[in-house]
Amino acid sequence: MAARPLPLRRLTVTDTLGWTAVAFVLALILMPLAAVLWRAGGASLPAPADWAALHFTVLQSVLSALFSIALAVPVARALARRQFAGRGVMITLMGAPFILPVIVGVLGLLAVFGRSGVVNQALGWFGLPTLQIYGLHGVVLAHVFFNLPLATRLLLQGWQSIPAERFRLAASLGLGPRDVFRLLEWPMLRATLPGVAMVVFAICLGSFAVALTLGGGPRATTVELAIYQAFRFDFDLGRAAVLAVIQIVLVTLAAMVALRLSLLDGFGRGLDRTPRRWEAEIWRLRLLDLFVLGVAGLFLLVPLGAVIWRGLAGLDDLPPQVWRATCVSIGVALSSTAVTLGVALAMAYLGQRRQGVEVLGLLGIAASPLVIGIGLFLLINPIDDPARWAFVLTALVNAMAALPFALRVLAPALRDVERDFGHLADSLGMTGLARFRWLVFPRLRRPLGFAAGLSAALSMGDLGVIALFADPDRATLPLQILRLMGAYQMEAAAGAGLVLLTVSLGVFWLFDKGGRRDVDA
Amino acid sequence: MLTLDGVLIQQDAFVLRADFVLETGTVAAVIGPSGAGKSTLLNVISGFFAPVQGRVLWKGQDITDLPPAKRPVAVLFQDNNLFPHLTVAQNVGLGIRPDLRLTSEDHRHVGQALARVGLEGLDGRKPATLSGGQKGRVALARILVQRRPLILLDEPFAALGPALKVEMLDLVAELAAELGATLLMVSHDPQDARRIAPHVILVADGIAMPPQPTEALLNDPPPALAAYLGT
Amino acid sequence: MKPHLMMSALLAATPALAQTPVLTVYTYDSFVSEWGPGPAVKQAFEAECGCVLNLVSAGDGASLLGRIKLEGARSDADIVLGLDTGLVSDALETGLFMAHTIEADLDLPVEWNDPLFLPYDWGYFAFVGNRGAAQPANFRDLAASDLKIVIQDPRSSTPGLGLLMWVKSAYGEEAAAIWEGLADNIVTVTPGWSEAYGLFLEGEADLVLSYTTSPAYHLIAEEDDSKVALPFSEGHYMQIEVAGKLAATDQPELADQFLRFMISDAFQSIIPTTNWMYPAAIPDGGLPEGFSTLIQPEKAILAPIDQADALRDLALDEWLRVLSR
Repeated sequence: MAARPLPLRRLTVTDTLGWTAVAFVLALILMPLAAVLWRAGGASLPAPADWAALHFTVLQSVLSALFSIALAVPVARALARRQFAGRGVMITLMGAPFILPVIVGVLGLLAVFGRSGVVNQALGWFGLPTLQIYGLHGVVLAHVFFNLPLATRLLLQGWQSIPAERFRLAASLGLGPRDVFRLLEWPMLRATLPGVAMVVFAICLGSFAVALTLGGGPRATTVELAIYQAFRFDFDLGRAAVLAVIQIVLVTLAAMVALRLSLLDGFGRGLDRTPRRWEAEIWRLRLLDLFVLGVAGLFLLVPLGAVIWRGLAGLDDLPPQVWRATCVSIGVALSSTAVTLGVALAMAYLGQRRQGVEVLGLLGIAASPLVIGIGLFLLINPIDDPARWAFVLTALVNAMAALPFALRVLAPALRDVERDFGHLADSLGMTGLARFRWLVFPRLRRPLGFAAGLSAALSMGDLGVIALFADPDRATLPLQILRLMGAYQMEAAAGAGLVLLTVSLGVFWLFDKGGRRDVDA
Repeated sequence: MLTLDGVLIQQDAFVLRADFVLETGTVAAVIGPSGAGKSTLLNVISGFFAPVQGRVLWKGQDITDLPPAKRPVAVLFQDNNLFPHLTVAQNVGLGIRPDLRLTSEDHRHVGQALARVGLEGLDGRKPATLSGGQKGRVALARILVQRRPLILLDEPFAALGPALKVEMLDLVAELAAELGATLLMVSHDPQDARRIAPHVILVADGIAMPPQPTEALLNDPPPALAAYLGT
Repeated sequence: MKPHLMMSALLAATPALAQTPVLTVYTYDSFVSEWGPGPAVKQAFEAECGCVLNLVSAGDGASLLGRIKLEGARSDADIVLGLDTGLVSDALETGLFMAHTIEADLDLPVEWNDPLFLPYDWGYFAFVGNRGAAQPANFRDLAASDLKIVIQDPRSSTPGLGLLMWVKSAYGEEAAAIWEGLADNIVTVTPGWSEAYGLFLEGEADLVLSYTTSPAYHLIAEEDDSKVALPFSEGHYMQIEVAGKLAATDQPELADQFLRFMISDAFQSIIPTTNWMYPAAIPDGGLPEGFSTLIQPEKAILAPIDQADALRDLALDEWLRVLSR
């Protein structure tokens, strides 16, 4: 079979699109950053306290990433090897924390783990000492709550990329669970874990409200808070920009390390296919998986239940503005999803031959929303009223924030499609739109649906830059929740939080379902 | 007439030279040990792999730099010759227009091609519902509508049973003759060559030899071929 | 419609618009929100000015000043409404504001005669808790108790900054010791007021740093009298919210008209039940009923504006040092 054939000069149109997408992302992130630096008249050095913030930020992000993946492995494995009624619903619901607005999720967590939460009440009844959630462990706990679903979902896809035949072969050779892990599961994990850990790390790096609210005090100062301080307290734009650059550099470094550690992975396959796992059909492992799923389910779903419970109480006196904001948010979410998918596809194409494109995709979550917001403001203000751009900018910035996840889902799937059918399409002269319509789109429907659902749901819950540009008549739902809270209306805010959760999950479900409808093998 | 003019293929430690002419209308089998570069040779002709030296010519015209679809070549790969998400008719129709904007005339051609390979009435089926042999026939129907003068087969029927494979090869030979096309097929079974290919291109020891008459070559194989054949 | 037709239609429409003067007021988000004073203020002012009042949200209080600094003299704003006493000296330094011409008779517990900034409401910071629970009478009592409190980060929140100034103004050199004593009472420090108040309502803390007027919200809007503000013997630090006229305004008369309106009954009567603060000039109708039940601090504390900046930096360093341990 000899040498692997190299692609000749093909895909020039998609190359152009890919580079355009890269330029677009760079422009959207770097231009505002440059604008802030330019306005500041240059960089200024971070203060000593900023270095302490950096230290804490990296520490909590590393711990959050490690705990998230350590817990995601058994959960994903249990989901990968067990078929049970309600499995699909559980997978969808378990994804909910990831798309919750931070403060809504935190209040849900506190209803369980807080001082007067369920856990401490139970401990109190038994006369046991109570838990203290505030501190580094609380920050990590919350980050695991928010990111375990994503990590699980990505790992689950890794599991499902192992062909069913391998497990059959393993069964015919009489391999036990330990051997299957060593020979089949570990190589997949080795290839996937670094990437998953890196994504969680990058998300946690930008954490602000979670870290501060649950961190218990200024010990838990993150870089994002240091940026706030630099801008609002000291009006030191140079320092704010430098801190934002440090954040970006950190994420980029982490991404490069992860890329080096991880091998090519084949995600993007369906989630309902559960290959039979002979080696796992023993009662000990059944019990283990039941236990794992039970604990993870409780951990993720009980706080979610609290969000729903609190929200139901607030639904009664929900002001009409909430419904208008819901419509605005859906509009933002759909627009930003379209942008995310377009950019992600173009970048995924380019990424097939240019490793590192995926790293660029991470810029969106690495960049400080405050600094990007200020920069965009500086760029637009001389030309037009920034409030008029609130919708567009929120959609764009939210699209950038969802980009890494969409890329993570689409890039490997696209790689599979091109590997399997690229030559055939080339030999038939399928290029440009024809290739997209007759090959890429139908083959990628499933991962596209998943990526679209994820992007839309994320964008729904994301505050983005709207707070800086807010146009009173076109507030998004997350902004409206903050406004309700700011106006003492905590119950109505909880109700609006429930609306947001429901609509986000609904949008996710619709897209995800749409991607699965009559898909052929 | 296909001309490989001083072609040098190289990737890492792998090297293959080819310098020969294949007359129009010839049916030739490409035979040689595993890893010798049979598929790579086809990839160079079909445009998926660029040689480091030399030229590929068709009827005297240099096609070395043309992309695959612009070459006068139709290819059947080892696998994935059909798009699983498209119907049989759509898969064939792609051979006429890659954007599938087919006229009623085109549709008629697709129907005729399917009838010719014995798949009448299966237009609307998806590949997953077809047998292995039927899938091969769909791909052949596409070759028919493509009307390319050079057909390359990279062992597309290797997974079929012996009887079915023979049936398919016979059909290919018939179709190539009807089209007046030149046919180049990779094979590791000398019987395939004896059956439909009057010529053999031996690929071994870093060289793709010029085509030689099949019977003579197989009856008196040079050492490299003898070792491969185990005779 | 063809593009050029559309253009001419637009052009034809502009002169009519241009005849109505527009007054642009930058303010914080909760002011313009549907539950804030914004909508009512807009309606009331437009009814008397024959102009368009354009209320622009620029994030929260501190972002508001940041935005003015970013825009500088090019700003569209005629008025900035919503700076508080902690930001006034910063705002002064920008040199972007000009003196107003309003003679005001204000009902503030402290003397106010700043020529640039005119107050529109004010309040006292206070710890708010549940009726019937333990009520420490000052910071020392609070530090000695095992009551749990939730406060805001002074770097991202105005009440947080207010508490910092409160302790520093009341205790000076001893402020660090007070914070050391409070450290074990602090459950957590939130980025903003909303998060802290939310945590308190969820039962995460016995007390939350808020305003003496907070119980009025629960009383008036929810008919719930279970929340009380705790009077502290040190006195209470004040927050005065002010508005200022930008020097670069193209509507100086209209701006003055708005500032006059701002301290008139029409505006002032909106404030108590939308911003939940004391109006700067008590309207003829007096305060809403629930306000009479609120505690009246014996002593109002406010750092002199010219010293506020220095005090602030000092207090923040101290706060960070003590609580980071």
